[in-house]
Amino acid sequence: MDFKNSDTIPGPRTEDRLPHTAEAAVKIVIVGGFGVGKTTMVGSVSEIRPLTTEETMTQAGIGVDDNYGSPSKTATTVAMDFGRISITDELVLYLFGTPGQERFWFLWNGLFEGALGAVVLVDTRRLEVSFDVMGRLEERGVPFVVAVNTFPDAPRYPVAELRTALDLPEEIPILDCDVRRRASSRDVLMTLMRFLHSLAMKGALT
Amino acid sequence: MTPPQRQRRSPGSDRPAAPAPGGAPAKEGEVRNPERLFVIGGEGGGERADIDLVTLIVARADPPVSATPEQAALLRLCAAPLSVAELSAYLSLPFSVVTVLLTDLLASELVQARAPIVRQKVADRNLLEAVMHGLQKL
Ligand SMILES: Nc1nc2c(ncn2[C@@H]2O[C@H](COP(=O)(O)OP(=O)(O)OP(=O)(O)O)[C@@H](O)[C@H]2O)c(=O)[nH]1
Ligand SMILES: [Mg+2]
Repeated sequence: MDFKNSDTIPGPRTEDRLPHTAEAAVKIVIVGGFGVGKTTMVGSVSEIRPLTTEETMTQAGIGVDDNYGSPSKTATTVAMDFGRISITDELVLYLFGTPGQERFWFLWNGLFEGALGAVVLVDTRRLEVSFDVMGRLEERGVPFVVAVNTFPDAPRYPVAELRTALDLPEEIPILDCDVRRRASSRDVLMTLMRFLHSLAMKGALT
Repeated sequence: MTPPQRQRRSPGSDRPAAPAPGGAPAKEGEVRNPERLFVIGGEGGGERADIDLVTLIVARADPPVSATPEQAALLRLCAAPLSVAELSAYLSLPFSVVTVLLTDLLASELVQARAPIVRQKVADRNLLEAVMHGLQKL
């Protein structure tokens, strides 16, 4: 980007500006393997045109199986798209469609640690591409729901069978959705919020 | 047709044993040792402010004449509150670079940062109810 004339950097459209009363934001992450519909879901519920934030990192070229002392470095860019929903004049919700390569998640400081929860999207034609993501959420203690993005030619499994295949406890919601539809994506987010609410009720009792 | 089978993991089990040496060679674009990745701008840099992707940034002043073009652009963008993620997107700069810019601007009190609400061990039910309310209007 050319910063010489910073007046020309397109910022948010007037209607996309947050009010000055915006106090704080919360975030939800949308995860799942390659091509399961993360970007589509972000786009269908966001009030702004989805945006992309990037992170670039270098990989040190020194290691056990490299030529010892080789200073070569490879740059890798990882992109993440996100959208926004204004909840009230004070509160804003951000949705991040995180890259399929979960190994990169740690790059974004606090992305998962701070998230209220996660939506795991799965495609029943390739269930296994979302396995690793789920495991990583479990390891980090990030609560999640599973949304089955129903592609037309995808096999349909009864929820009980999916639950067994995904090895998920009874309380974790599993639901069908069509991420291209705003109402359907909204229902997924609502299911996540209700699930988080039920966890909070339980937590308050123990 | 039976679906493939996954195995549940438990919290805190994410320090896996090192991958076996001499395993499958890395595919192109695949990074084998995430621990050895460094965010550009994160090397040799000084202190960095604790800035989240959804920290909201608001300018407190017009860009001073001494501001760099990047700083001036950033300050103009956040005349109204804007998340760090949005700043990164509009400026086409990596998140880590924006963080570095913001660290300076915070130190010189040219911007204000509004911290996000992060997940707690027991979530704030009022917060969750507010979000549900907001989603219902969508
Ligand atoms: N038929 C159908 N197609 C869908 C649906 N959701 C997404 N698609 C299509 O599937 C493709 C992949 O969707 P994306 O939203 O790009 O998926 P993604 O998870 O962001 O993909 P990556 O970022 O590449 O991992 C796109 O061509 C979408 O138009 C759906 O519910 N039904
Ligand atoms: Mg995508």
